[in-house]
Amino acid sequence: MARKSHVQTTINGETVEFLCESRQSLLEVLRDELHLTGAKEGCNNGNCGACSVILDGRLVNSCLVLGVETEGKSVETIEGLAEPDKLHPIQDAFLENAALQCGICTPGFIMSAKALLDQNPNPTEHEIRYWLAGNLCRCTGYDKIVRAVLDAAAAK
Amino acid sequence: MTENKEYKVVGTRPIRHDGVDKVTGRALYGADFQIAGLLHGRVLRSPHAHARILSIDTSRAEALPGVKGVVTAQDLPSAEDRIADLGEGAVNLKHLCDNILASDKVLYTGHAVAAVAATSPHIAEEACKLIDVEYEVLSPVLEVRQAMEPDAPLLHETLKTTSMGETADEPSNVASHIQHTLGDPEKGFAEADIIIERDFVTGTVHQGYIEPHNATAHFNQDGHLTIWCSTQGAFTVREQVAEILQYPISKIKVVPMEIGGGFGGKISVYIKPVAALLAKKTGKPVKVLMNRTDVFEGTGPTPASYIRVKMGATKAGKITAAEAYLAFEGGAYPGSPVGPGAMCIFAPYSIENVIIDGYDVVVNKPKTAPYRAPGAPNAAFGSETVIDELAEKLGIDPLEFRLINGAKEGDRRADGPVHPRIGFIETVETAKAHPHYTAPNGKKHHGRGIASGYWFNIGLESSVTINVNADGTINLIEGSTDIGGTRASIAMQAAEVLGIPAESVNPSVVDTNSVGYTAVTGGSRTTYATGYAAYEAAQDVKRKMIERAAKLWEVDVSNVQFEDGLFSSINGKEEQISFRDLCGQLSQTGGPVVGSGTVNPGGAGGAYATHVVDLMVDEETGKVEILRYTAVQDAGKAIHPSYVEGQIQGGAVQGIGWALNEEYIYNAEGTMTNASFLDYRMPTCLDLPMIDAVIVEVPNPGHPYGVRGVGEVPIVPPMAAIANAIYDAIGIRMTELPMSPDRLLKAMGKI
Repeated sequence: MARKSHVQTTINGETVEFLCESRQSLLEVLRDELHLTGAKEGCNNGNCGACSVILDGRLVNSCLVLGVETEGKSVETIEGLAEPDKLHPIQDAFLENAALQCGICTPGFIMSAKALLDQNPNPTEHEIRYWLAGNLCRCTGYDKIVRAVLDAAAAK
Repeated sequence: MTENKEYKVVGTRPIRHDGVDKVTGRALYGADFQIAGLLHGRVLRSPHAHARILSIDTSRAEALPGVKGVVTAQDLPSAEDRIADLGEGAVNLKHLCDNILASDKVLYTGHAVAAVAATSPHIAEEACKLIDVEYEVLSPVLEVRQAMEPDAPLLHETLKTTSMGETADEPSNVASHIQHTLGDPEKGFAEADIIIERDFVTGTVHQGYIEPHNATAHFNQDGHLTIWCSTQGAFTVREQVAEILQYPISKIKVVPMEIGGGFGGKISVYIKPVAALLAKKTGKPVKVLMNRTDVFEGTGPTPASYIRVKMGATKAGKITAAEAYLAFEGGAYPGSPVGPGAMCIFAPYSIENVIIDGYDVVVNKPKTAPYRAPGAPNAAFGSETVIDELAEKLGIDPLEFRLINGAKEGDRRADGPVHPRIGFIETVETAKAHPHYTAPNGKKHHGRGIASGYWFNIGLESSVTINVNADGTINLIEGSTDIGGTRASIAMQAAEVLGIPAESVNPSVVDTNSVGYTAVTGGSRTTYATGYAAYEAAQDVKRKMIERAAKLWEVDVSNVQFEDGLFSSINGKEEQISFRDLCGQLSQTGGPVVGSGTVNPGGAGGAYATHVVDLMVDEETGKVEILRYTAVQDAGKAIHPSYVEGQIQGGAVQGIGWALNEEYIYNAEGTMTNASFLDYRMPTCLDLPMIDAVIVEVPNPGHPYGVRGVGEVPIVPPMAAIANAIYDAIGIRMTELPMSPDRLLKAMGKI
């Protein structure tokens, strides 16, 4: 069995150390080693966006990043978004717009929307649709998701 | 018996009860489940579409360090060739078991052959590659008409066609033939001024839920088996696993985790019994996960089909006769949804003379599984396209044509039942008056199409328990897994009865040991039937609370009335107490109050939908762009309108994907060549406009609040609506799904 590597990284603002095999993806590390299961595996090849996290400010599919690559970097996951007593405005907007049904894609969509609003606080509907095209949702038809992101942008 | 009054909770849009867990990543889905000592399982799948298994040698896999156990069909109790009903209709147990782990033959690429449990998923995957399987490769049968040929290779040497009670002598790939007749079709066609006949082909499509199948199983030393999994029906998992493993249901507990989509595809079991076998063999908890390719290749898609529709009408636009021939692929084992397809195909219309033939045919593809109104979308693609052509040729507006022929209460469906109160006409009238339909549509290569659809909806059993809390809230215990907001829609019905806010209900979906039997979350039944059980449980609570108020005031129960959350004494004593305050006095008046409700209602109300679509065809590329989409649907009563709209929008978009892009593409050997989300292209948000969901409410008399199911019917009209709009845009009738750019370019003579 392959020897594990020691990795030190920052996750949701906290310094985290973990051991992982070099073949383990960031998604596997988050879920299996750190028990941060908010990022989901839908396809494991970068097509569905359910595992979206933000790595050093950039939106990535965590299934396409190796755990060892996060050494010295900063990872934001869905678990770090809400404050102890308050949801993030995007989370509120998803709830108010009923922008989720089964909810499996929701953490990925919310992280993706956050990455969008971090760099473009007032996106048009088309810009939202273009940005979120890397996230698949099979339940909603996207209507309410797009509205939620428009609302979250307006609320900021 | 529908209550006819203003509601306080029903029809409002509260935040769903499981919402915060789902937007913060805290909600635990099947794959998120962790337990100490967990092993990881992987399934080895067949690389051949049709082959005989000559031998399986697992010794090299077992020798790999980290491997703790390997199972094959040898580890399953030998299954009899008998029929059982396990919560999703009749199932042949031999077929069920062989689909879990192939015994003598593999019948599709992706068919499970063996499974490994190891200390890590990677080791389990490596070990699968070390299992040596010797196959005798056979010719695959990949298309329904090919499979029906007399000289087609046979999938099952013992399968014989049953046709209206008779069984054929010779084996065949045709499992069954059904027929429905009404009136005199020959006479009906003779009366027609115009007859249109066309044939249609639809591709194999997948439900496409984002969460792959998963299961974690553990056998305790005392023989109790626990399975944690994502499923549409925990009790159905219990029944199927019990039958497959020949194990008593009393020793099986199924814990339904949150579920990441199903659309019918998470009713059948695949890896749950395998996880249990591995857990038995290793003595450890074992988690088995599918990857996306496993999901495409190894789990039920909805069938490809060949359909022929013939309809005749008078000059005045009255349909005089209709005929349909439906041949559906069941996949590797019988069980295609040709039955419901045949029942739904002409259900929106009142037609006196009808003949419908349906064939369930096995082919070397994965066994089909339910997918949202199973069978009806295939059928409606044919019938609604022919209806459009009839209306066009007669010069009648297509919605007007539907008003002339639309089914109403009292009309008989070709398969027998007489329609109760239904809302088809109302959906057509609403569509006709909608600003979308009245807006002009005249640009070059722009087209508008409309189509309608029907789905039965079902009732089935549900159980709900309500525990009353001292602070005036209630804990509601239910067995329906929540795929799309049903905790809210069920809780709201209990809240309405008790006059409390939706937020005062804490709904929990619990395991099979902790709630009464509850059938699957499917058939658009959950808000209807489990909601009905919640209504009954709340009525039980109300009765018991009235007894407490009577005790408190020392009056007879007949002197206590309950309205708008307030108990009051009538006939003499002037007493009043709110539900909340009475909850605080339960311990002084006899102890806790628990209400229960169980139902198996027979009054499920059928659902109708009428869709309008505008689109543009790019003549250079053959690509279709959806410009505007309006979906009108009779919901009976929308308990939580936002989630009803969500069902309508989601169903319509799945239909758009089915219409334009989605299909299993096979090579000559019968292997799917596009088994990933990159190549099996489901709609993204960039492919779509907003979807205008319009709810019509024609209450279902079979439910206290008038609920009809809403989840399934929205996928029925889109394919035909889009085909009709393409015709409007470029003057070509598309009769094959999906209407992908290459098919459009071919139809336009460009390639």
